[in-house]
This record gives sequence, structure tokens and C-alpha cells, in this order.
Amino acid sequence: MTPADLLGGVILASLVLYALLGGADFGGGIWDLLASGPRRREQRELVEHAIGPIWEANHVWLILVVVVLFTGFPAAFAAISIALFVPLVLLLLGIVLRGAAFTFRTYDVREDRVQARWGLVFSGSSVLAPVVLGVVVGALSSGRLRVAADGAEPFAWVAPFPLSVGLFAAALFAYLAATYLAVEAQGLLREDFRHRAVASGVAVFLCAALSGALSWREAPLVFEGLTRRPWSVPFHVATGAAAVAALGLLATRRVRAARAAAAVQVALVVLGWGASQYPYVLVPDLTLASASGPRATQVALLWALGGGALLLFPSLYVLFRVFKGERPFSVVDRGT
Amino acid sequence: MPPVRDQARSSPPPYSRAVPDLLAARWLFGLSLVFHIVFAAVGVAMPLLMVLAEWRWRRTGSAVHLDLARRWAKGAAILFAVGAVSGTVISFELGLLWPRFMAFAGPIIGMPFSLEGFAFFAEAIFLGVYLYGWGRVGPRLHLASGLVVAASGALSAFFVTLANAWMNVPAGFELRDGAAADVRPLVAMFPPGWAHEVIHVLLSSYLATGFAVAGIHALRLLRRPASALDRAALRLALLVGGAAALLQPISGDFSAREVARTQPVKLAALEGQFRTERGAPLRIGGLPDPDAGATRFALEIPRGLSLLAFHDPDAEVRGLAEFPREVWPPVRRVHLAFQVMVGLGTLLAALSAAGLLLALRRRPWPRAYLRAVAIAGPAGFVALEAGWLVTEWGRQPFTVRDVLTTAQSVTPVARLGVPLVLFVAVYVLLGIVTALLLYRQIAATPDAAGADRAGGPA
Repeated sequence: MTPADLLGGVILASLVLYALLGGADFGGGIWDLLASGPRRREQRELVEHAIGPIWEANHVWLILVVVVLFTGFPAAFAAISIALFVPLVLLLLGIVLRGAAFTFRTYDVREDRVQARWGLVFSGSSVLAPVVLGVVVGALSSGRLRVAADGAEPFAWVAPFPLSVGLFAAALFAYLAATYLAVEAQGLLREDFRHRAVASGVAVFLCAALSGALSWREAPLVFEGLTRRPWSVPFHVATGAAAVAALGLLATRRVRAARAAAAVQVALVVLGWGASQYPYVLVPDLTLASASGPRATQVALLWALGGGALLLFPSLYVLFRVFKGERPFSVVDRGT
Repeated sequence: MPPVRDQARSSPPPYSRAVPDLLAARWLFGLSLVFHIVFAAVGVAMPLLMVLAEWRWRRTGSAVHLDLARRWAKGAAILFAVGAVSGTVISFELGLLWPRFMAFAGPIIGMPFSLEGFAFFAEAIFLGVYLYGWGRVGPRLHLASGLVVAASGALSAFFVTLANAWMNVPAGFELRDGAAADVRPLVAMFPPGWAHEVIHVLLSSYLATGFAVAGIHALRLLRRPASALDRAALRLALLVGGAAALLQPISGDFSAREVARTQPVKLAALEGQFRTERGAPLRIGGLPDPDAGATRFALEIPRGLSLLAFHDPDAEVRGLAEFPREVWPPVRRVHLAFQVMVGLGTLLAALSAAGLLLALRRRPWPRAYLRAVAIAGPAGFVALEAGWLVTEWGRQPFTVRDVLTTAQSVTPVARLGVPLVLFVAVYVLLGIVTALLLYRQIAATPDAAGADRAGGPA
């Protein structure tokens, strides 16, 4: 294990957490857009209630990925920023509009036409951001992005495989969000999100199949990871088992357990991508080793990350205990 | 580290960039920071104000302070969210616009950025607990969460400013064949002159936010002189803003001496000093003319600059003429921005001193003073933006002083005008909406009305 490998692991772990937490917040926005039926209003309120206290903290995982990338692997950060300029600008627009519109909607006066428009900006950008994020990830694995001193082909990422990964990401995030929301909802509202979780679970399966098939021609490294490495089969079995378990638990109304299974499934999908791609950061030109900055920085960064984690995880525990625990952390004692 | 000015001048930029694209990159990055910096400064100071108000309420049971804490928390929530997403734009734009700079500097200045990431985590986590935790967490955890937000906001600014200090005075590496070698990240984290910049930036955040908040409440008091809420708010905001404004001149003096020592070109540009001379005068106002090599129409205080920059009236101040024209910053802009910053800072310090005297005499605020505070409301932010322009323009033509030029740092991606227009449109929209929302939700609502629905769905 070199420091570069460890840092690559940190980036992958942060991406897993970003998918499980920040991804689900985007998924909430997707369900805001797709709110329908007699409880459309309650669905939107639940989404707002669920992501309000946590989305900003969840968003920081992405910042951590960016920072570790440019500190530890500066060549990769520069090459990716040049080759994926267009989708990254779109991702930023999605992130900015989602966060700002969500806040404007939350704090504006209720029942306002302007507020409804912010709702649309919020939910629309909640679809845009995951799709573009998936496109970026797919493009990194596709081998279509080449590093050159004088720039890069600006639209090299426009191809079936990256676009299919974009769809896959959006489906995954929507699926996660629906399983989480099914836990937080009660009664008929819970049924709404349980049904949505099952439907999006099926969509996840279809998207996975599509991306997998396209990877055969367009992302050979991922395809090899999916099929031919020694760990391929056990990995598939585990991911598939989690997926089947999640759907089965959803069907039998055990939403809490289904949420855990869905989270394991999504984590395994992201880890599987990372393992297939290893040791490449940007296929085929940059590996973790060749994109590495000075070793002194990587070692110092690992220490900083370790120290930071000691403060971060207890803080996250407090946040989720207060807002997502079975019972509130403590009850109000006076005045408020 | 040896200066590599000659190398920077003679080697052509690695990409032959169309000038409009370099300009578009600079405009986009500059505007992104002009926009973000307001929210960043508010993120440092606003949590302190809201915690002070809540603390007063918990100590005294004064309902006015509870109303105030919730109102300010709501403002902090809106501004923090916009700050969080506009800060994300900056972290990506570092690579999107300046990939060569990041490929070179990423490993050297990555440490403060990484630590800033954790400070940002703490800020976001505990702001969530604070805003949505009224009634869900106990009083001590609630107040402590607010304190963590205030402290980690300051810590974020601290770390980010360290990275900027390194760009001004790079350290902690050797330059070999145009690449960084022998990188010592902890040395790079605290380059010469880090302390003055960090202190100046932190004080400016409290100053600008304190006076902006004071200005809003002074306006409300002019309309409704009996409002207990606004009187309490004005006291707290002036306490924070005024203390910072009185300390800032001391920090400014420290900064001037440090800049004179570490960045003589910048000092010469910001003072409009073209000739090297002993007993250099301090120029107030005036218009530098780089072609004529003189600053005209300035009010000159004999020996003032030597005295301020070196604490010695006969000290020698190096003028721009000592340096090749290619490494001059845009002298006129730098000098004028500096005059704006110092001028407004001085006025705000005077206003704070007057406020201190009034407070000591324990008399109600006279209307004239309220009017002055209301007018001065935006001045802190204007000074803060001007100061930021001074340090950034003052470093041109370099991204990393004497090591890497801005032209060498820019991306080879073409047609940067497109994202420039896109983001400017977004910033204008967000700026207008944020202002309207703050006005409608906080400034325009009558007292105590905010208390029952502030703080989000708790």
C-alpha cells in the first residue's frame, strides 16, 4: 500500500459516502419533480423536511474529493478539469441552482407562485446534477479522454457509455432516496415511497444492464472488472444479493431493513466501479502513481485526513442522531 | 527561493492563448470571488452575532434577544447556503480555469485546503443542528453548536487565506526545471507574511458584516425609534463591527510593514511610489500615471510612507522604477482600490470610536448617529472587496508571485466567454433573490412576528 493507494481509497470512500448521503439528497429532488397522486403536496413536504438539516453537510463529501484530488494527484485534477470542462460546468450549475433554489423555497413565504417556480428549479437541477456526475464518472472510465499539452477535444465525453452511466446514477440516487423516504414517512405516504422505491429499483436494474452491455465495447476496463477479475463473481453475487434483499424487504414492508440493503447495494456499485478502474484515475493515460504529487504532501495529507476524521465522524453522528434517529436526541426543556 | 522573474518573462506561455480567453478566465474567477467573498465573510461573522443574541436570551430571558437570534439565524441560513454553493464553484474553477496553476501548486497549498474541508464539514453539520434543532436539542448543545459554527467559519477563512498568502509569498519548495521539487507542505502552509493577511481578513469579515447588520437595524430604528429589537440588534452588531473596525488600523499597519518587507512591488504599486527614495511621502488619493512615472493630484504627507511602512521617517522605499515594467501590477487600479479600502476603513474606525463614546455616556443613540450608521452599512463590504482587489491585482502578472504567471496558469479550453456569461447571469439572479429574500423575511417583518416560524420546520 503506497500513500497514493491509500489516498485513492480515501477518494473512493468519500465518493461512496457522497453517493449514499449527497446522492440521496439529489434523489429527493427527483421525487420532488415526480411528485404525483393525491399526496403530491405531502410528498414534497417530506422531501423538504428530510433533506433540510443535512444536505449542506452531505454536500461537503464532494468538496473533500476535489481537495484530495488536487492535493494528492494534481496532474489528474488538471487533466480532468480540461477534458471534462463542459460537463463539470454543467455539474456546477446544477449544484448551485439546486442548493440556492432549495434554500429560497424553504425560507420564502408559503403558497407563493415564486416559491413554486423555485421548487421547479430545485427539482430540475436535482436531475441535472446526478446525470452529469454519472457522465463524468463514465467518461473517466471510457478511455475516450486523452491528456494532451495543448488541450482536449471538448465533447469527447458525448458517447453512449458515459450517458448511460449518467442515467444509472440518477436512477440509483432516486432509488436510494425513495427507500430512505419510505422509512421517514408514515401511513399512506410511506406506501407512496415504497412503491417508488420498487419502481426505481427496477429502473436501476435496467440501467445497470444497459451500462454493463455498453461497457463491453466502450469501457473495456470496466467490462473486464465486471467479468474477468478474480473478485468479479463474488462482487456480483454480493451486489445482486443486496439488490434482491432490498426489493424483497420493500415488498414485505420492512422498510428499515430495506434501507440498509439498498445502501449496501449502492456502496457496492460504487466500490465495484473503483475496483475495476484501479489503478487508473483517468483511463488510459493517468494512474494513481503517475498522477501523484510529491510523496511528502501525500503523507502529510493522510495524517490531516486521519486527524480530521476523528472530529468529523462524531459530529456526523450527532447530526444524524438528532435528525434521523428513532427518537430525537433530547427533548426541549424550556421556552421554545 | 531564487527569483525566476527572467524565466517567467522569457519563456512563452505553454499554450498560445487568445487574449480574450485569458481575460474571460480572469473575469469569471474574479467575479466568482467577488460574489463568494461576501457570503464567506458573513459566514464568519453572522454565527457569532446569532450566538451572542442567543446567549443574551439564555442569560437574561429577554424575549427580544430570542427573536433576534432566530431572525439572524434565518439570515445566516440563507447566506450560508448561497456561500456553500458559490464556494463549491470556486473549488472547481481552480481546475477549470487554472489547471496549470493547480498542477503546479495543488500539492504545495493542498494542506490548508484539506483542513478547510473539515472546517467546512463542521460548519455545515452544526449549522444544521443549530437551525433545525430549536426544540430538538437541549439548550447547551444548541448554544455549543452555534459556537462551533462561529469558530469553524473563522477557521475556514483562516485556512483559505493561508493559501492566498502562499500565492503572494511562495515558500516551502524548490523550483527545478519549472516544476516544484522538495516540497515541504507544512512550511508552505505558513509562508512569510501569513499572519498579517489572516488577521486582516478575519477582522474585515467581522467589520463588514457587523456594519452591514448595524446599518439595517439603524434604518429600522430611524423608522420606528421605539423598537427594542432593533436597539438590542444595533448594540450587538456595533459591538462586533466596531471592535473590529478599531482593531483593523493596527492590523493594517502590521500588514503594510509586512508587505513592504516581502512584496516591495506591491507596496510601490499600492502607494503609487515610482522612484526609490528615502523619506518617501504618504500619498492620499491621487492618480498614478505609469507612463510618466509619477502620481499626480495626491495629498502628500512628507515622510509619511517611510514612517508607516518601516516605522522610520528616513527609511528607503523601493519604487516601481527598480523593477522591470513586465512585472508591474496595474498600478492605477491597485492604488485606487487601496485608497478606497483605507479611506472607508478610516471612516468606519472613526464612526466606531464615536459609537464607543456614546455608549460610555449611556445615552440613547442620536438620530444623526443612526443616520451615519445606516449610510455606512455597505461601506465595510466595499472596503473588503477593495482590499481583496488590492491583493489580487497587486500580485499581477503572477498567479504565484515570481514563479508562475497568470497567462501560464490558464486553461487551454476555448470559448470561455460562454461560461462567463452563464455564471454572471446566475450570480446576478442569486444576488437579487438573496437580497429580496433577506428584505422580505427579516428586515421588513415587524418585531416578534419572526419568532414563531423562524428556524425552519423543527
